[in-house]
Order: sequence, then C-alpha cells, then structure tokens
Amino acid sequence: MGFKHEVFEKNSILLTVGILLAVILGGMVEIVPLFYLGSTIEKVEGVRPYTPLELAGRNIYIREGCYLCHSQMIRPLRDEVERYGPYSLAAESKYDHPFQWGSKRTGPDLARVGGKYSDAWHKEHLINPRGIVPESVMPGYPFLATTPLKESNIAANDMSAHLKVNSWVGVPYTDDMIKMAVADMNAQAGDPDSDEAEALKSRYGEKVKVRNFDGNPEVTELDALIAYLQVLGTMVDFSLYKDKAPVEWQR
Amino acid sequence: MAQTKSFRMGEGALIIVLAALFLMCVFVVSNAHDNVMAFHMAVGAVGALLGIFAVFRRYQKRANGQGPDETGYNEGVVKAGVLISIFWGVAGFLIGDYIAWELAFPFMNLDFEMINFGRLRPLHTSAVIFAFGGNILIASSFYVVQRTNRTRLAGDLAPWFVFWGYNMVILLAGTGYLLGVTHGHEYAEPEWYVDWWLTVVWVVYLLVFLGTLIKRRESHIYVANWFYLSFIVTIAMLHLGNNIAIPVSLYGVKSYHVFSGVQDAMTQWWYGHNAVGFFLTAAFLGMMYYFVPKRAERPVYSYRLSIVHFWALIFTYIWAGPHHLHYTALPEWAQTLGMTFSVILWMPSWGGMINGLMTLSGAWDKLRTDPVMRMLVASVAFYGMSTFEGPMMSIKAVNQLSHYTDWTVGHVHSGAMGWVGMISFGAIYCLVPWLWKRERLYSVALVSWHFWLATIGIVLYITSMWVSGIMQGLMWRAYTSLGFLEYSFIETVEAMHPYYAIRALGGAFFLLGALVMVYNVWMTIRALPESEKAGLPALQAAE
Repeated sequence: MGFKHEVFEKNSILLTVGILLAVILGGMVEIVPLFYLGSTIEKVEGVRPYTPLELAGRNIYIREGCYLCHSQMIRPLRDEVERYGPYSLAAESKYDHPFQWGSKRTGPDLARVGGKYSDAWHKEHLINPRGIVPESVMPGYPFLATTPLKESNIAANDMSAHLKVNSWVGVPYTDDMIKMAVADMNAQAGDPDSDEAEALKSRYGEKVKVRNFDGNPEVTELDALIAYLQVLGTMVDFSLYKDKAPVEWQR
Repeated sequence: MAQTKSFRMGEGALIIVLAALFLMCVFVVSNAHDNVMAFHMAVGAVGALLGIFAVFRRYQKRANGQGPDETGYNEGVVKAGVLISIFWGVAGFLIGDYIAWELAFPFMNLDFEMINFGRLRPLHTSAVIFAFGGNILIASSFYVVQRTNRTRLAGDLAPWFVFWGYNMVILLAGTGYLLGVTHGHEYAEPEWYVDWWLTVVWVVYLLVFLGTLIKRRESHIYVANWFYLSFIVTIAMLHLGNNIAIPVSLYGVKSYHVFSGVQDAMTQWWYGHNAVGFFLTAAFLGMMYYFVPKRAERPVYSYRLSIVHFWALIFTYIWAGPHHLHYTALPEWAQTLGMTFSVILWMPSWGGMINGLMTLSGAWDKLRTDPVMRMLVASVAFYGMSTFEGPMMSIKAVNQLSHYTDWTVGHVHSGAMGWVGMISFGAIYCLVPWLWKRERLYSVALVSWHFWLATIGIVLYITSMWVSGIMQGLMWRAYTSLGFLEYSFIETVEAMHPYYAIRALGGAFFLLGALVMVYNVWMTIRALPESEKAGLPALQAAE
C-alpha cells in the first residue's frame, strides 16, 4: 500500500475534507430513507392538523419545557401498552414541528393523555399539582390561568401567520383555515353551540372538542394547553385496529 | 505583525459590519412583534456599539504606542476564554444543583415561570455544555493550535470576534430560555436568530483555526489539532442540519422546524448524540492529547493508535444516534444500525482512553505528587467508564429498562462531570500559571481539595442515579401475581425522593470544588510573578 497517513498530517485542507467525508455518511444513510419508507410516511385515518387553539397550547407546552419531563412515545412493550394505551405510530406525530417524543419520564408519558382526565382535573393540577397528587414533583403553572391568550406573544400572536408557516412545511392547512385562525382559536374555547364553533368543526372535523376548558370566560393560555392535552392520542380510533395490530408485546 | 499607527483594513471592515449590525438590530427593535425579540435585538445593538467602541480604543492605544505586543503568541484571547469559562462553569453547576433540589423538593420551583424546572433545565445544560465547555474548548484550541504549530493565531481581530460573538450567543440563548424562547429540541434550544448568529461565529472560528494550521511552521499537524478540527467541522454540519426552521416573522422569536415527527426525531438525535460525540468527546480528546503528555512530560503512548482511533471514532460516532430512539416509531432497521455502531464505538473510545492512560508509562509517580495530573488521569478513567456504559445502554434489551429513567441522566453526568469537567479543570490548572507567567499555582493543596470534592460529588451523583434509574425501570414493568401492573406511576416517583436528595447533595460537592478552583485561580493570578517581585524595591518599615 502506497498510502501514508502523512498526507493528512501535512495538508490541512485534505484533513478537513477527509473529516467531512468520514462524518457525512452515517446521517445520510439513517435520515434520508425516512422521507420515503412506507412505515414512516404512511397515512393513518383520523390524523389531522392541530386546531389553532391546540397549536397555541402546543407552543406553550414547548415554551414551558414540558418535553424535558414527559415523553409522548409509547413503546410496544407490554407494561407500557397496559399503562398508557396502544403504542405510538409515526403518523401520529407527522404534523409535529418539532416532534415532542421526549427522552425522560420524570412524569408519565402523555402520548394518550387526551380524555383520560377531566378539564377541571387538568386545571387544578396545572395550577397546583400537589393539591391533586401530593407526591408529585411537577412545578405549578398558576400564571397560565391568568395570562390571556391574546397577550401570549410567543405562542399565539398572529395565529394566521403560525398556520401559514406550518402549511409551508407540509401541514395541510387550507387558505380558509389560515384566514380564520384567530376566530377559530377563540371559538374553540367558547360556546359549543355558536355559529363560530360550527364553522370550526366544518374545517377540522366533528371530533374537535369545543368548550370552555378552564371555566373562565376569558380565553387564556390554560385553555390552549388543556385543549392540546385533551387531543393528545385521540385522533386515531384504535378500536378499528385491535385485531390487526401486532401483539409481539404479549407474552 | 508590525505595529502600525493607521487604521488596519480588518478594523475598518469590522466597524462597518458592526455598524450594519447595529442598524439592523435597531430596525428590528422598532418593528418587533414580541417583547423578547425587542429585548434581544436591543442587546445585540448594545453589543455592536461596544464592539465599535472597543475597536476605536484599540486603534487609539496603538497610535499612542501603548498597544499590546503582537509578535509572539496571541494569549489575550486565551486568557479571556479561560476566565469566562470558569464563570459560566460555576453558573451552570449552580443552576444544575438548584434544579436537582427542585426535583427533591418541588416547592423550590416557587410556581414562578422563570424558576420552573422546565425553563431552568435548558439553561443548565446550555451553560455547562456550550458556555463552560464551549469557551474552554475555544480557548484551549486557540492555545494548542499556536503552540503545536509554532505560529501566532491567524487573524488580527477575528479571534476576539469569535470570543465575543460566541458569548453573545450564550447570553441571548440563556436569557431566551428564562423568557420562554426555545426551539424544543434538546441541546439545540436556541431559536432561529441565535442559530444564524452562531453560524456566522462558527465559520469565523473555523477560518481562524484553519488559517493557523495553514501558516504553521511544523511540517506535521499534531494529533490534538485533528480532534479540534473534527469538532469544529462536524458541529457546523450538525448545527445546520438540525436547525432548519422557518420563522413565523422576521421580527419575532418563534419559528417552526421544517422536519416533523419521525424525520425530525432522527435528525435531532443525529445532532444530539454527536453533540456528545464531537463537542463533549472529540474536542476534549484534543485537549487530552495536549495536556496529558505535556503535564506528564512524556510523549503520546502510540502514534499509530491515535491515527486508528481518530478515524474510527469520528466515522462511527455519527451512526450512533438512533440508540436514543429504541422501540419508538423509528423503523427497526435504523434502531439496530444505531445499536450496532454504538457497540462498535466502544473500541475507538477505549483506544483514546488507553492512549491517554499509557502516556503516563514511567511517570505514574506523578499521581502521588501532582494533583493536577491526578485530575487529568481521573478524567480519562471516567471517560473509559462512561464509554463502556454507553454502548451497554445502547443494546436494545438494556435500553428497554434504562430508557426514560435516571440511569441515562447518571450516565450523562459521569461523562460530563467526570470526563469533561475534570479534564477541563486539569487544563485550567495547567493554563493559568502558563498564561499569567506564574511559577506555580497559588496552592497545590487546594487542587487536591477540589479533586476530592469533585470526585465525591460525582460518585454520589452517579450511584444515586444508577439506583433510582434501575429501580424505576423495574417498578414500571413490575407485575403482581394476578397479572396486574404492580405500581402506579406516582408510586415510582415517590420512590425516587431519597435518591434525588442524594444526587443534589453530590452536585453541591461538585459545585463547592469548583468554588475552591475559583479561589485558587484568583489567588494565582493576583500573586506577582517571581521576576517582577525581584525587581521591586525592598519595603520600608512604616515610621
């Protein structure tokens, strides 16, 4: 072999190129196919874009760093499926920019927390966690209940622009949804029988939960966060799949 | 470079760039969509003004003949980097320990948004990794690249631009976290405008480093520089790949990532694992390859081994990311691939450890006499331990138990406090007397105190996390004889309490050790060098 390592040691540019070549391959092989493979881009019935209120709630979830203690990824293991529900599918987070699978469970997984507890439970628990669960180590978030969503300038200012950017990165928001984003956001936390609520449902589907989530007439950050928590894991109807789902976790 | 009394081209160019930056910041402030953007751009504007002022001052001083010596090595920027990394280190350890106490005694969150765990945690991780680690890496790389290539650092103002620019990133990122600005990717939390600024700074850093290599006066590039270079190049690639995002408004802080779901998850852990691999490993190996042989006054054990393990390490590390996503919705082949490469990674990692430890052949007695050497060796030992633990935890069967638990947290900290922390402390104890031209440290005994305080702290930390992590993992999967889950989730949280308290205590020991270092470094710098002492007139007794 005529090659000598000296070549790299005597030429800084060659060394840089060599390093770049060495580090570029792994990521290419592991990331690029994920944009093409069936299991990672499959369409699953029921998965829809977040409503403006849910998206604002999701932004608050990210802002407060919830993902640092709560995962949103149920693994196909017997105890996890029994504790949290059916294991998570790739499609369920396909509109999550960014993903919130998490890496640590200081608190429980939240992938299917939607519908598990009442709005009132969430409200009390977020304001004072130890009032509901004495052993909890979760911080309290009383300020969410007192911050009107219209003043929430990172999570929800100009909601139409938020939806528009999401549509640019692949979330199928229609022009109608983008235009009516602010109205839809307020409607979801208001009277379920209003015309605005009907309009919201006509855009996002009948399953959208419309109600005053925090019991306070004003639309607050707490409304948004609870709306988000209540939709988590509820989009796909798993009763349809019970027979077909692989049961490798069953012993 | 000769002393000139006129404006240099670089100075003029930098003033123009900073002036443009100032105007841009002011423009954004006046149009800002949210108050955090207004605040951050105001900080940027003030920074740009101070920069312009500093360049003028420098020119004035030079014109008056008071400029610094610009012929030898550029050590001013290294000194600044060492001091600021000590500052950020103490701040990062303090915040880390505070949030550890929060987990043990949650009333300490005070239910106040800026003090809550969720906002302080990224502040802690960024402060220790990027502020403490990043600054000591930049400073030590600037030192090492000059010495090992026997040439002055490339660029006149560029190294200072890197120093101030990088610390501006830290300032914006850190204050942003407290105000609720985050990208929602672990260890890549800064928002889009900070990402852009970091990109500019990092490119200049690469140019300074590479420029210095190019004008070297040694025919061979020394091994420490390969590691530093791989760190700079790879971090650039990872940073760009993982932060592709579109801002909601150019006048607002919020942006959305282009990737979502499983693709975003894989990209994030490709980044996240290699932030460990290249920021916290390859770069600090560069540090090891300079400071361990230098302190031991021995050549590197095996040059061949350093070649083999360098290329093997950087090639293999990149593949290991998927082990953060075992049993998730990531396709199984990717998980298995990630696991396989993670296990392979054990070997190149231990190649580095062996090369570091064996460099002490014939100089092992220094462990008894020199606590700085003890610190460097302990760091390499911790490196060996955590690079064995990591591949083991990447095996799917083990990961099934360890994932989502404190075991991961403990593993990270044995690497971060044991390896990264200790090797940095060792390098700082070497650099301070060298840079400030002192004959020795103020107190060697205090280095020993630091060593033991830090070691006891680390041991308390990692053992408590092993116990709590494995215990919680086992409790989650425990079944009763009737086939029901034995524990509710909250019962497993309750069981963690004593271990969280022990961990926080360990962190306090580690912090205390760092404070001892601050005192020692401060006293070392304050002491007059021997040469100057001799020249002083004898003190007169007071009448």
